[in-house]
Amino acid sequence: MTPTTLEIPDGAQNPVEPFLRMDRMPHIWCPGCGIGTTVNCFTRALLDSKVNLDKVAIVSGIGCTGRVAGYARLDSFHTTHGRAIPFATGMKLANPELQVVVYSGDGDLFAIGGNHFIHAARRNMDLKVICVNNMTYAMTGGQSSSTTPAHVISATAPYGAFEPTFNLVALAEAAGASYVARWTTYHVKQLSRSMEEVLHKKGFCFIEVLSPCPTLYQRRNKMGDGLDAMKYYKQASKIRNGAPTGECTLSKSGEIVVGKFVDRDRPDYLELLRAQMTEALGERYVESEASCSC
Amino acid sequence: MHADPKGVLTGVHFLDGDHACCEGTLAAGARFAAGYPITPSTEVVERFASRIPTVGGIFIQMEDELAASIAIQGAVWAGAKAFTVTSGPGFSLMMEHIGLAAMTETPCVFVDVQRGGPSTGLPTLPGQADMMQARWGSHGDYGIIALCPNSPQECFDLTIQAFNLSEEFRVPVMMMMDECVGHMTEKVVIPEPDQIEITPRRYTKLPPEEYRPFEPREDLVPDMARTGEGYRFHITGLTHDERGYPNMSVETQDRLVRRLLAKLNPLANGRSLCETENLEDADVVVVSYGITSRVAQRAIQLARSRGIRAGKFRLITAWPFPAERIRELAGRVKAFVVPELNLGQMVLEVERAAAGQAKVIPVSHAGGTVHNPDTILNAIVEAAR
Amino acid sequence: MQLLTEIRVAGFGGQGVILAAAVIGKAAAIYQGGYATMTQAFGPEARGGSSSAQVILSTEPILYPYVAHPDVLVVMSQEAYTRFAPQLKPGGILIAEQELVHIDKMPSGIRVYGVPATRLAEELGRKVVLNIVMVGFFGAVTNLLDPDALRKAVADSVPPAMQKLNLQAFDKGFEYGATLVHTLAEKGEEGHPVSMETES
Repeated sequence: MTPTTLEIPDGAQNPVEPFLRMDRMPHIWCPGCGIGTTVNCFTRALLDSKVNLDKVAIVSGIGCTGRVAGYARLDSFHTTHGRAIPFATGMKLANPELQVVVYSGDGDLFAIGGNHFIHAARRNMDLKVICVNNMTYAMTGGQSSSTTPAHVISATAPYGAFEPTFNLVALAEAAGASYVARWTTYHVKQLSRSMEEVLHKKGFCFIEVLSPCPTLYQRRNKMGDGLDAMKYYKQASKIRNGAPTGECTLSKSGEIVVGKFVDRDRPDYLELLRAQMTEALGERYVESEASCSC
Repeated sequence: MHADPKGVLTGVHFLDGDHACCEGTLAAGARFAAGYPITPSTEVVERFASRIPTVGGIFIQMEDELAASIAIQGAVWAGAKAFTVTSGPGFSLMMEHIGLAAMTETPCVFVDVQRGGPSTGLPTLPGQADMMQARWGSHGDYGIIALCPNSPQECFDLTIQAFNLSEEFRVPVMMMMDECVGHMTEKVVIPEPDQIEITPRRYTKLPPEEYRPFEPREDLVPDMARTGEGYRFHITGLTHDERGYPNMSVETQDRLVRRLLAKLNPLANGRSLCETENLEDADVVVVSYGITSRVAQRAIQLARSRGIRAGKFRLITAWPFPAERIRELAGRVKAFVVPELNLGQMVLEVERAAAGQAKVIPVSHAGGTVHNPDTILNAIVEAAR
Repeated sequence: MQLLTEIRVAGFGGQGVILAAAVIGKAAAIYQGGYATMTQAFGPEARGGSSSAQVILSTEPILYPYVAHPDVLVVMSQEAYTRFAPQLKPGGILIAEQELVHIDKMPSGIRVYGVPATRLAEELGRKVVLNIVMVGFFGAVTNLLDPDALRKAVADSVPPAMQKLNLQAFDKGFEYGATLVHTLAEKGEEGHPVSMETES
């Protein structure tokens, strides 16, 4: 048998390369980790949405997903643990022209940063928040997060987790988000489409992406590798667009309801601000030009 | 560059320090503020909230001080001049983001209207016990600038300086006010806009493909880029190289952290702001700052009237500490007297700089009011013996 | 203006105590070329019933910001009188809203001037300007500041729509004070408790 060789023609490149800082490759993520898959979907969404990439800023917190900002060839900000959303809030308000995307993990956005999440959603701040939910603190070695399901073994729950968890999509809806969806890293097409959709939607948009952590979460729980996670996502997922978010709870190995749950039009923070100031001050109101001051 | 007239309330006013500070932010060109209510500082952003919609800018009340102290940094990277305001407990919460601003070289201003501490302490009464926290409160090695106004007029003037210095050195600048100065009302003169010098942000002139976000100029400070203009730069709180990329090497860490401190050297020495009087013949020099410097001035007058050769050294930039100037004085005076509304903070710096060449006498006070001038006077008399 | 005069204005919340003090300070610092430093009580005690402010007037920069023993005490409530009257400097001046404050006993040497400020304000149709009536009265009986400077400070401290009313209030208080001082002078007295109408 003659061995087959894969010839890469000169000048060929992966279609996502222009969106990545290729001089930073290889990335730090483990084999089988789902974060790279979500980044792939995100670059597809950027490509398909035809947004002006110079006007897209990406903000991350700390953690494995927090590293996404560092690989995206956009104006990108790797901030502090839990505070990507308030950083993004300041950025958006100072220059509303920018499309500000927050890309971070479950621990970052919902435990240490939970307060910021609910308040940004309440304000309907025009931010696109993508949460890669691997149900654990991976960067620090697989400790419990506020989404770690009951009975799961973690570094800080050696006898099994037992705390009730946040249902992120229900939380987002209750707090006031304009758009709420959940997918897994198995649902790459749908995820890309959702990401593209939120790039054109005003207001606070939230996408939860279930993503495997084979190195810590799965290994510790004897749940196999990345491929096994895909099989689980495929077998356990039910697409139910518009499902009541309250029914979309997650568990260790149960059903995963995915889909777009909320898509509503509400005035965003800046629209509300302008309306109120115009009502109160009339012609005395001067539209913000915060970013032009220097 | 001169101040943008839109933000300048030219005229003679009767304002308290908090309100004067707010006018300073507007005159300096700040068009973004994020805050969280806390006594005795809230008046600064209350006034900003009332003024900014007719000037053109944003005030947002955030959910906590952590949020406020990083929202301003997002705004700065989007192109705004921005600040937040707080007092002790909120200042404690902001520490991590002071470190972030230092590490990412984000020019911004933190106003701390100091009250008595620790913890909730004395919310409505003055203290000066956050001075070391301002310098050392965040983890790691870094440098900041701290200014100490002693009147509402200076709350205006030095706030403009704070913004200017933050742009020049790309560091967070702390306005270390105190409850007494913040809530004290006096005449404040706001000049014409063309009489107010503003330091503009230094943006790179290089094209995106040549721009390296943390490549320092000769003065050790790098040029900035503005989000949304095609530079596609990366900013991280991780140790980073000149490209802004994370780099965990010992060499990169050494180069970066040493530069973060070294870029402030000009301010530490020749350019430190201070106010001095009667140093030529002084036997005893009173080193003080903020509201205490006024009470100290009274004590110095009383001492002089008794024939004691007392001199004044008032710190306006508390940080970087003007160690060389104190060292130079230490060689020719008998003693330093250091009154402050804490149990001994800046006095440690004076001791360090004096290095045993002159006596250093603290006049500590736990806060809640200002010193009785007689207490400082007694220390001067004692020191002159 | 004298080298250093320390003043405390006190009453209850809603009477415009702080504004009255601010007008005095502004007159000195802005319209009379002197120096003034005003401080006020903050915190729970200020959020509750009572309100007080301190103003220091001087021909030289003011260094020590607080007032311990005022030269002039202006009180608009019984509580303020009870609390602050003992702090008055010997030889100081007490100015009281005479229908709200009952002066029981004062150490000798204190000059006391009473004014029915609330009633005078009501005569103008608005009780809220009682603080400015007090300022006018203060101006006349203390003679510390140029009446014109005080008047300008009043005009500068209130919204345009309220300017006329407040200036009337100032004038009314000032005239009442001037007349009182004149009457006392004819009797060969300075301010004294017997001058208080409520005492009779």
